[in-house]
Amino acid sequence: DRFVAEAPEGLRSLTPLEVAATPAPSGGLVAAAHADEAPKDGPLGIGREALPEEVAAWNLDVSPDGTGLPPGSGSVEDGEMLFSENCASCHGEFAEGSGNWPKLAGGEDTLANKDPVKTVGSYWPHLSTAWDYVHRSMPFGNAQSLEPDEVYAIVAYILYSNFIVDEDFTLSNENFAEVILPNEGGFIVDDRPETEYPQWSGEPCMTDCKDSVEITMRATVLDVTPDHGQDEAAAGPAATDAPAETVEMASADTGTQAAAVATDAAPAAAEPAPAPAPAAADPELVAAGEKVFKKCQSCHAVGDGAKNKSGPELNGIVGRGIGSIDGFRYSKVFEEAHGAGETWTPERLHAFLEKPKDAMKGTKMSFPGLRKAEDIDAVIAYLSTFEE
Amino acid sequence: EPDPLITEVQPWAQGLGDGVDATPYGLPIRFEDDVVRRNVPWLTADPISSINFTPIHALDGTITPQGCAFERHHSGAIELSKSDYRLMINGLVDRPLVFTYEDLERFPRENHVYFCECAANTGMEWAGAQLNGAQFTHGMIHNMEYTGVPLRTLLREAGLPATTDKWVYVEGADASSNGRSIPMEKALDDVLVAFKANGEALRKEHGYPVRLVVPGWEGNMWVKWLRRIEVMDGPVESREETSKYTDTLADGTSRKWTWVMDAKSVVTSPSPQSPIKHGHGPLVITGLAWSGHGKITRVDVSTDGGKTWQTARLAREGENKALTRFYLDTEWTGEEMFLQSRAMDETGYVQPTKTQLRDVRGENSVYHNNCIQTWWVKPNGEAENVEVS
Repeated sequence: DRFVAEAPEGLRSLTPLEVAATPAPSGGLVAAAHADEAPKDGPLGIGREALPEEVAAWNLDVSPDGTGLPPGSGSVEDGEMLFSENCASCHGEFAEGSGNWPKLAGGEDTLANKDPVKTVGSYWPHLSTAWDYVHRSMPFGNAQSLEPDEVYAIVAYILYSNFIVDEDFTLSNENFAEVILPNEGGFIVDDRPETEYPQWSGEPCMTDCKDSVEITMRATVLDVTPDHGQDEAAAGPAATDAPAETVEMASADTGTQAAAVATDAAPAAAEPAPAPAPAAADPELVAAGEKVFKKCQSCHAVGDGAKNKSGPELNGIVGRGIGSIDGFRYSKVFEEAHGAGETWTPERLHAFLEKPKDAMKGTKMSFPGLRKAEDIDAVIAYLSTFEE
Repeated sequence: EPDPLITEVQPWAQGLGDGVDATPYGLPIRFEDDVVRRNVPWLTADPISSINFTPIHALDGTITPQGCAFERHHSGAIELSKSDYRLMINGLVDRPLVFTYEDLERFPRENHVYFCECAANTGMEWAGAQLNGAQFTHGMIHNMEYTGVPLRTLLREAGLPATTDKWVYVEGADASSNGRSIPMEKALDDVLVAFKANGEALRKEHGYPVRLVVPGWEGNMWVKWLRRIEVMDGPVESREETSKYTDTLADGTSRKWTWVMDAKSVVTSPSPQSPIKHGHGPLVITGLAWSGHGKITRVDVSTDGGKTWQTARLAREGENKALTRFYLDTEWTGEEMFLQSRAMDETGYVQPTKTQLRDVRGENSVYHNNCIQTWWVKPNGEAENVEVS
């Protein structure tokens, strides 16, 4: 056929017939399996034994009865400080939540309300879940950085914030099982097979199923759909006219309510267009920095219309006064630097981004720092392209 | 008037196109750049722990291309190479084992097409019509052909206890440590440890190099970057199976372990993002149906908001726990329509209305909203997400 290349003598491809005639390599394991032959069921001897240290390193989960907890303890008092340092930037100083981030306290007796507030205190059935989650998954962006005693202390503080323990309480692996969360009995095992399936089965109605059809609700009245590239209402005015209660719908599965949607949802600030880079910035470095900045985006916005999130907006940060954004609640160390008239020079930013907690002792920023110097240079180059 | 596209020689008929290596791994042609995943920024605090939506309004057939299959991450999509990948089986097994990626490819493997639906799909619609487009109301779903090793094969390799009342806890390698408990009966049934989707390696955002596939059950259990499987006496009751993925009823009690995704369907076109742009005459109404209990056996479509129904044509016979495409080939003369679809599965279950769901569950369930959806198609062909009496 015409796709056969003219190969030099000796490099010619084998034809199918020649392939069939070529003997299989000796010593190779050539299995002649039949299509109807089921794979064998017993162990195949693949893999290796897990070492005890390896199992210990990964087997961290904690069961409701406390199985899996390491020995240790932590007080509410220590927990308050640790919570402020590690958790408050998203969850609020009193675990009351911040913006769309989860509330960890409050919400007692709201589960049957129109808008239940689900927190560790009001909703979670087991304390083990809170301990396990803080231990393995928090702080966001710096998971598995807390020692067991610190986790006990933070969980003790969350209990205190929910009025479940007193301020002099110390949580430990020994008294862990004594703490019962208020909603432990609030769950039932899936009962759809009894309560739903029997009544929603059988031959459905095909004609004359109802007398009239009236519109009872319209999505365009709420108008909270992001613009999807078509010239439709979604790009229109924000939902300021929508009745507040109709906007208060459950958001995906954050468990939070989209109550703040009508104000926060105005999609304008969603994707800030980068300002043109000054001639001095190396475009490759800026592009690399934009990628690095993804690590920062959950807490910091930059670009047109950037607003404070759990961290301050960063327009003009290179050369900006430290702690200078009005209305943002900075850590004390930033307020002091602001008072002293200090500014974010590239050098200072570099040191801060390398080891935030060393460069600005007491910072609430939970980010542990960037390991590579070139990432730091890149992100500073990227940030330098945004003016105040 | 003759069409100049036909009567005049066009540049593409005269000049040359791209050579074979222009895009060693191709993307869709630029004219299709609107067919992409989309996010709803206000749903979550930030895009690292968030979800986006499959453009189901613009797709046809049943297989979802990986590049536009919805993503859900709890601590961002991580980069984990095959050479750095390890899978551990521990707990109540005869031999705790560690597998490399290459080890997994030495077990006998299977191919299956399954849908993966987030339990929160359509969750924003509990209290009323909210988001305007099938992508946003029903796009937390994808359907792929997976290649992988049955979980039962790996469990038996490690050696299981004789009793079957155990649970397996499955956990991912990313910083969220997402972990879920699965009863042994399901683990030994059809759960797959998958490394390929639609013939190619899993994409990073879908758990490269290895994810769990839990057919018919909520997407959160399909743990990505799967790193550990622990055989246990009971469920861990992790965050994702207590504080989340539990369904609060009107009286404040909550259902847990609501794993199965019940039968559901939606008309994907016409729909708000896919209006009717042609004139009166033949119109193809199409959509998707699926059930976590097995095969879809029938889909009915109503154009009058549920007063009367017609049985749609299934593009292929329903497949076990996979998407089924349906068509209603009809005539449209410019009349207003209230389009609905209603799925039935092999258990005899009939997809409920929103009213039926609310009568049992109230409005605070968040998850497992499988109600009948209504699109109001107006005489100009545009469509809107509405709720009707």
